[in-house]
Amino acid sequence: MKYIMLKHYRGAPDPRNNVPMDQWTPEEVDAHVKYMNDFADRLRETGEFVDSQALSPQGEWVSHSGQGKPPITDGPFPETKDLVAGFMIIDVQDHQRAVELAGELSAAPGADGQPIHEWLELRPFLNQKAETVEAIHEALQTGSSAQ
Amino acid sequence: MDDRRLRSLIPETLSALIGRGADFASAEDAVQEALVQALDTWPDTPPRDPKAWLIRTAWHRFLDASRSEQARRRREASAWTQPPPMPISETDDSLKLYFLCAHPSLTQSSAVALTLRAVGGLTTEQIAEAYMVPASTMGQRISRAKQRISGLRLTSPGDLSTVLRVFYLIFNEGYSGEVDLATEAIRLTEQLAHRNSHPEVLGLLALMLLTDARRPARTDSDGRLIPLAEQDRGRWKHHQIALGVEVLQRALARDRLGEFQAQAAIAALHADAQSTQETDWQQILHWYDELVSLTENPLARLNRAIALGHAQDPTSGLAELSSLDPSLPRHTAAAAYLHELNGEPTIAADLYSQAAQEATSLPERHHLIRQAARLSAQDCH
Repeated sequence: MKYIMLKHYRGAPDPRNNVPMDQWTPEEVDAHVKYMNDFADRLRETGEFVDSQALSPQGEWVSHSGQGKPPITDGPFPETKDLVAGFMIIDVQDHQRAVELAGELSAAPGADGQPIHEWLELRPFLNQKAETVEAIHEALQTGSSAQ
Repeated sequence: MDDRRLRSLIPETLSALIGRGADFASAEDAVQEALVQALDTWPDTPPRDPKAWLIRTAWHRFLDASRSEQARRRREASAWTQPPPMPISETDDSLKLYFLCAHPSLTQSSAVALTLRAVGGLTTEQIAEAYMVPASTMGQRISRAKQRISGLRLTSPGDLSTVLRVFYLIFNEGYSGEVDLATEAIRLTEQLAHRNSHPEVLGLLALMLLTDARRPARTDSDGRLIPLAEQDRGRWKHHQIALGVEVLQRALARDRLGEFQAQAAIAALHADAQSTQETDWQQILHWYDELVSLTENPLARLNRAIALGHAQDPTSGLAELSSLDPSLPRHTAAAAYLHELNGEPTIAADLYSQAAQEATSLPERHHLIRQAARLSAQDCH
C-alpha cells in the first residue's frame, strides 16, 4: 500500500516545538537534515522507499483560459494559502506501519535539538488498478443494468 | 524451449542447488544468472537436457561466486572445488521452496516479491515495474526477505494456505506494463498443482482461470470497468472457462470443500450464464452459504447479502446488510446497489457517491461516480 507524507510550510496545525527553521542554529539545521536523510536511507534499506522531493515555496495558480488563448496565471500565493513543503512516498504493509513511519518523521529535531512534533499529512494512494478477484466487486459490477 | 517452459524449471533447479549444500540466497542469485545465460545462448545452441544444463550452469555460477567471495575473505577455497556431494536428485524437493518463499515470518509484500523472483523467475526490475516502486527498493525488499528465510531449514512442508494466499495476491494485482501478474499467478498455480493436487490448489487454479477468462470484457479500451451485466460475453475466453470448470469439477469430486473451491463455484455460475437474467442466483446463494461457513472473512457475508438480494428480494439483502459492520470495505457500495435494485434511485445515487469517496482504487472510484451520475440524470427526466 502506498502512502504520501506531506510536509507543510503553512496550513498544518502548529507543532509543539514551534520555532521557525530560520531561527535555528546552523548545527540544529544540520542535525535536522541528517535526520531526514537517515530516515530515507533506512526506508531504502527496508524496501519501503518510493520517492521523496522538496518543493519551493514559490509558485502560482495556472488555469486554461479558452481555446487558442494562453493559460491564465495568478500569483504569488496569498499568505493564507496552504503551502506544501515536500513529500515522501512510501510503500508499506499496512496503515499501521504508515502511521508509525509518519510519527518517526515527525520526531525530526528542530530548535534546541528537540523533536519538532510537526503535523504531517498522511494520505493513502488510490490504486491504479481495480482488484481482479474480490467477489463483491463482481456482484457490484452488475449494478448499472439492474432495474 | 520457450520462456514459460524455461521458467517452469526454476523451482527444481533452485532446490537441487540447495540440496547440494548451497545457501538459499546464493543459490537464488546463481539460478538467476543461469537463466540469463540460458535466454542468451539457447536460441542458437539448445541443450539436449534443459534441466540438467540449468542445474549444471547454476551450480558453476554458485561455485564461481563462492570462490570469489571466499578469495575475497582470504579463506580456504578447497571445499568448493570438490565435486557436488550428491547426484542430481530425481525426487522433487522443490515444493518446499514454495513454502519457504511464502513463509509466515515474511510480510505479505516480501513473500510476494520473493515468490515472483525465486519461484517465478522474474527479474527484480520486472517485479519493481509491476508494483510501481524503484528497482532499488524492490531489490532491498527481496534481499531482506532472502536473509530472513536463509536461516530456516527446508525440512518439513509448511502450511499450503499461506502459499495459496500469496498466489492469490499476485493474481489480484492484475497486469500493468509488460508484466502480466495474473497470467504469472496462473502459471505458478498450475506448476504447484503438478506437485501438489490438494483440492484447494485446484480450487484456486479454477478461480483464477474463470476470473481471468472474463478479463477481455471487464474493462473497455479507456480502462473503464464494465459491469458484468453489460459485458460482451462473446469476448470471454470460453475455452478457458471450460478448462476452469473442468479443474473445479476435479477439485469438488474430492469432497473436501474449501474457500477457493466455493469462490470458484460462484465464478463458474456467473461464467455459465448466457445473460444476467439467466444467472442462477439460487445456486449462487447456496455457494455463498457454504463460503460463509468456511471463512471468517466478513466480506463473504457482504457478498452473500447481494446474492440474497437477487435470489429473494432486495429488501432481504438490505436487511442482511444492515446486520453487518458498516465500516466493511464496499458496504456503502453494496447498499447503493441493493437500493437501486429495490427501485430507489435517489437513495442509491447518494450512496453511490458516498461509496466513491470510500473507494480504494481509481477505476472503482470512477465507476461509482458514473453510477451516481447515471441515476441522478435518470431522476431529472
